[in-house]
Amino acid sequence: MNTHTLVASNISKVYGNYTALDDVSITVPVGSVYGLLGPNGAGKTSLIRIINQITMPDQGQVLLNGELLSQHHISDIGYMPEERGLYKSMKVGEQCIYLAQLKGLSKEEAKKRLNYWFEKLGMQGWWNKKLQELSKGMAQKVQFIVTVLHEPKLLIFDEPFSGFDPVNANLIKEEILALRDAGTTIIFSTHRMESVEEMCDHIALIDKGKVVLNGRLNDVKEQFRSRSYAVSIITGNQQETFNKLPKELRPQRTELRGLERTLDVHLQLPLTWTVPQVLQLLTGLGELTYFSELIPSVNDIFIKTVAAHG
Amino acid sequence: MDKLWLIIKREYLNKVRNRTFIVMTFVSPLIFVGVALLIAWLTSLNSDTARKVAILDTTGQHYDELFISDGSIEYIPLIGVGLDAAKKATQVASYYGLLYISNENGALDIMTFYSNDSPSMGLVREVESKINKKSTDENLLTAGIDLEVIKNAKASKELSLENFTGISTSKQSGFIKIAAGGAAGYLLMMFIIIYGNMVMRSVIEEKSNRIIEIIVSSVKPIYLMMGKITGTSLAGITQFAIWVILGAMLVTASTVFLGIDAFTNPANADVVNQAQDVNQMQAIANDIAQLPLGTLVTCFFLFFIGGYFLYASIYTAIGAAVDSETDTQQFMFPVIIPLILAIYVGFFSVMENPDGTVAVIFSYIPLTSPIVMLMRIPFGGIAWWEIAISLLLLYASIFFVAWLASKIYRIGILMYGKKTTWKELYKWLKY
Repeated sequence: MNTHTLVASNISKVYGNYTALDDVSITVPVGSVYGLLGPNGAGKTSLIRIINQITMPDQGQVLLNGELLSQHHISDIGYMPEERGLYKSMKVGEQCIYLAQLKGLSKEEAKKRLNYWFEKLGMQGWWNKKLQELSKGMAQKVQFIVTVLHEPKLLIFDEPFSGFDPVNANLIKEEILALRDAGTTIIFSTHRMESVEEMCDHIALIDKGKVVLNGRLNDVKEQFRSRSYAVSIITGNQQETFNKLPKELRPQRTELRGLERTLDVHLQLPLTWTVPQVLQLLTGLGELTYFSELIPSVNDIFIKTVAAHG
Repeated sequence: MDKLWLIIKREYLNKVRNRTFIVMTFVSPLIFVGVALLIAWLTSLNSDTARKVAILDTTGQHYDELFISDGSIEYIPLIGVGLDAAKKATQVASYYGLLYISNENGALDIMTFYSNDSPSMGLVREVESKINKKSTDENLLTAGIDLEVIKNAKASKELSLENFTGISTSKQSGFIKIAAGGAAGYLLMMFIIIYGNMVMRSVIEEKSNRIIEIIVSSVKPIYLMMGKITGTSLAGITQFAIWVILGAMLVTASTVFLGIDAFTNPANADVVNQAQDVNQMQAIANDIAQLPLGTLVTCFFLFFIGGYFLYASIYTAIGAAVDSETDTQQFMFPVIIPLILAIYVGFFSVMENPDGTVAVIFSYIPLTSPIVMLMRIPFGGIAWWEIAISLLLLYASIFFVAWLASKIYRIGILMYGKKTTWKELYKWLKY
């Protein structure tokens, strides 16, 4: 049993004078939700197209389930591109079956699975509707089904929730998590990092064609802990209490809870202070109601990392 | 291969189920036959109302008797009036015109046609020849020459045409060869333009629908391209077949039920000529049988398929390079030019001399060879190796052009929002 669904090593891709990918390596563990994160133009889509064998890398290789990527892997991958699209004048059922057949499914099998999904997502009446008769939200559901119908081992979503309305986004999110629980490996590619942060367990940050950071999300966050804490204290005089805080804790007032008589501050602990010492100090100032470490968001981490790389 | 078949099937069904396609398939022959019937009807309507032409003959030689009214022109002789009065009367009566013949100075010296519109060349020639013949005859008589002698002395032998194997042909032979070649070449050009455009539109549609990325993550772009071209051409062949069948049915129906004979011009249907017609039909049948039919049909298919695939590859590349149909203009021009050139070379050089240098060269160049060669073949005398070389060049260039086109296609289908230039295309070829 392979522990990694996808191993891409030292991938490079150059378009004319433009380097889209520069020695990129990622490893995606089986059953993980992998976030491929980075700003627009970082090279995410270029990498995904290589994994989908739409384009060939100039250098490097991709292993899928331990095998060098080849034509027969097409049926192992489900891909929802950033630019969504289906044949407008084709009927929904016919279209789904055609696209599933292109992925190697038999007509009967495609029909059976389609019935299952249509029922699950409440689309039974859509079979003979043309796509142009559907609303945008409805078309997005069809798009999702097309992506997962052939039950691929690896699902790739480029900007997964862009264009989905909140209700559908939630529905799709749940379906994706259910697929993960069933053993499917999932890659999310997005520049809106906050949208996938809660779902990913592994991430790779890509900037200007290079992987600037990757690993388990928890490890990454651990690495970027900055000894910052959010604090709330109920006190008589907020300003007076604030002034009592030692300057070396770098206190900064915020509107964390916005309650009356409550002082909200962010503290940045120097190495000379331990958490119990701070707690002791704070409990002496008033009724301590909130004390929590500030975990950096992926967005913060990204900005920090990119800034560090210049 | 299964996937290629799937794509062909989808492209085919998608085209033939399309409402516009169905309407065009069934309405076009109706329009075509309708227009033909309309023209026939208008022609018969036209000849119902005879034009009135007044004749003022002051010669006393009875030139006016030469002109006998028929369905199209009614002649009205004017007697005992002057020219000015005759002109006025003709205008008042709104006749078509006035023919004035006079011999004031002894010999026939004035013949003038007065009218508001200029008369047709046919009318002018007919009037001239009738009057001149009578005048000539009279001059000969005056000179004391017996007309019978001249008539008997005149030779009017026709040149009979026969080929070396001894089968006689009609004079129409050349015309039939031109018609067969011209029809084949023209048909191919129309097919390329109509269905090449259709392939191109279908590429643009997939690109602007953004479904292309899903498809190319399932099949190789070259399969999609080939499937598209094949599927569309099959739809085209279906449409053509329906047109031929419908056309034949409509022509038969209109002949049987409406009594309009679409094949013969009623003006030629002289009783006297009918016996000759039978002989002539025989000769025409001979001519058709003598066309290198086997070669022509085989070559028609080979060049038709080759020519279509060559141009369709170029059309797909264009479709892939642009974002919308309006952007195709700059690339269309170089595609249309060789087609038009081929037709011109075919109709001028080939008909002038089927084995002339220009005709031969253009029947080897792949972009023009399908049309020019198809026009040369009916004239015969083309060695099999000439056709073989031409076909070889054509099919070799299909592979080359399709290879180039697929490179452009592969890159182009994933490029959005950029206006593609020739320089850009050249760059894509090197990726």
